[in-house]
Amino acid sequence: MRIAVASGKGGTGKTTVATNLAHMASQDGCAVAYLDCDVEEPNGHIFLKPVIDEERPIEKLIPEIDPALCTYCGQCAQACRYGAIASLPQQTLVFAELCHSCGGCVLACPAKAIREAPRSIGDLRLGRSGGMRFVEGVMRVGEAMSPPAIRAVKSAAPPADLTILDAPPGASCPVIETVRGCDRVLLVTEPTPFGLYDLTLALEMVRAMKTPFAVAINRANAGNGQVRQYCDRNRIPVWAEIPDDRAVAEAYSRGQMACDAVPAFRTRIGELLQRIEGERRR
Amino acid sequence: MKELVVVSGKGGTGKTSLVASLAALARPIVLVDGDVDAADLHLVVEPRIVSRNDFLGGGKARIKPGHCTACGKCEELCRFDAISYDGPGNGRIGRTFRIDRLACEGCGVCADYCAEGAIEFASAVAGQWFVSETRCGPMVHARLGIAAENSGKLVTQIRRAAQQAAQKYRLDLILCDGSPGIGCPVIASLTGASMALLVVEPTASGLHDFERIARLTVQLGVPAILSVNKADLNQEVAARLEAAARAMGIEPVGRVPYDPEVTRAQIAARSVVEVSQGTAAQAIRRIWDQIEERWKKCAASQAGGLVQLAVSPGDRE
Repeated sequence: MRIAVASGKGGTGKTTVATNLAHMASQDGCAVAYLDCDVEEPNGHIFLKPVIDEERPIEKLIPEIDPALCTYCGQCAQACRYGAIASLPQQTLVFAELCHSCGGCVLACPAKAIREAPRSIGDLRLGRSGGMRFVEGVMRVGEAMSPPAIRAVKSAAPPADLTILDAPPGASCPVIETVRGCDRVLLVTEPTPFGLYDLTLALEMVRAMKTPFAVAINRANAGNGQVRQYCDRNRIPVWAEIPDDRAVAEAYSRGQMACDAVPAFRTRIGELLQRIEGERRR
Repeated sequence: MKELVVVSGKGGTGKTSLVASLAALARPIVLVDGDVDAADLHLVVEPRIVSRNDFLGGGKARIKPGHCTACGKCEELCRFDAISYDGPGNGRIGRTFRIDRLACEGCGVCADYCAEGAIEFASAVAGQWFVSETRCGPMVHARLGIAAENSGKLVTQIRRAAQQAAQKYRLDLILCDGSPGIGCPVIASLTGASMALLVVEPTASGLHDFERIARLTVQLGVPAILSVNKADLNQEVAARLEAAARAMGIEPVGRVPYDPEVTRAQIAARSVVEVSQGTAAQAIRRIWDQIEERWKKCAASQAGGLVQLAVSPGDRE
């Protein structure tokens, strides 16, 4: 089973829930893979402290123009919908950050002056944390587009009974790229007006993707009851309500696994894991 | 005209709460919600929408089932796994190809090379953006459509609208609430801004993510300042954050302690400085004083980037 841990709003506890779930499932003897798909700000490694076995660049293809063959006809720039190529009278410029690697320019060039060459946009790291397999993508600072890096993380996923994908915040392309192909989405939210509003955005997204979902309410007693009421009213399954606990926040601040430091938190994550196991067996 | 953009790298560090408070202290100003993916600022400043505008995103491809001959060329050319052989049949064939609009990245290659001309490719409305009135001044904000792309382009569009609003109402400060992360919407909100305010939590993750967003501001040549939020959670990490910031030429301007009044204010749809005299509200007032001091000090040198965005090179001559 592949389960994405996502949220509309940032900082609701995605990484805390994802890493602790993965860690406890792995301790139970389950074959677990943890994929950090938040390639802009990957934090799972801080808590899981994996041993890295392999590191390789994440590459995307960008056009390389052979000046000896280019006739400056401008058809490549015309074909590019992303504004990634500018055709000047004596020069054809490529803006690599804007390129989506669609290959349209290569097809459009009548002089066959364009070939595609790999360009590094970040690093892929593969390793293990205890019995768990670990994969993370780290996008290079200054790169604009994370979906190619997320695709690289997902395609490097090792086989596992339970694959947990730690998603970036938001509700647009990076999250969609993460959630694509997953069996379930667990939306981690918090009981505040911001948490509720961003949850409704994330729900619209997962519904559009037709992926089954459930909600986990983190810091459940720190705000008001509106998120719970909203979920009940709309028959949205709430798989966990995790109480606000300064000890969890302090463990987090030190980069510690909260399930090792706070027994009450461990109990809640254990219950959540049972819900997931139940779904997996169904 | 100055443009202060509040970013954080990591999500949920308190950007929006801080922006709402700074807006209340600095008003009248122009507010921008640059977190077009998950915009929350409107929940606190209660905008009254004055104008609504469609945001045209990139193109999306669609196969007209009646024209498809199922030759498979489109699927072969698509680099995004967006095309599958499970579309409805027509009078001639039992199955056609179909494009998943969520997976389509809008390159248009399939439409360009379909021998039957069976693929439509058109820009679609990918969201809306609004100019509103708030108790802190005019506000420009947006709502990106469900599963839409091009958030960076939308951020650039609303920043431009904010600059026009600032000129129209003769307001001196644009305050922009940014997105988490370091990708396209963040780059679009920071490029050419006068200053970035980095809101960071004193945690191991916060420190890691700070380093990345800080490097981005340096790469983009945007001067930055740091505010440590929930600073009492881990004083040691807070001190390390501030030291790391100074080493990169980023001046710490204050620490905001954890204070439940911040959440209480959010539930009341107010900023914390409007409803509380507590420790967080006091700290934020001091941070605003610090920022104002900095504006005075560097009064001569800040407008450059803004002019580039607002006025095309021809107009500047």
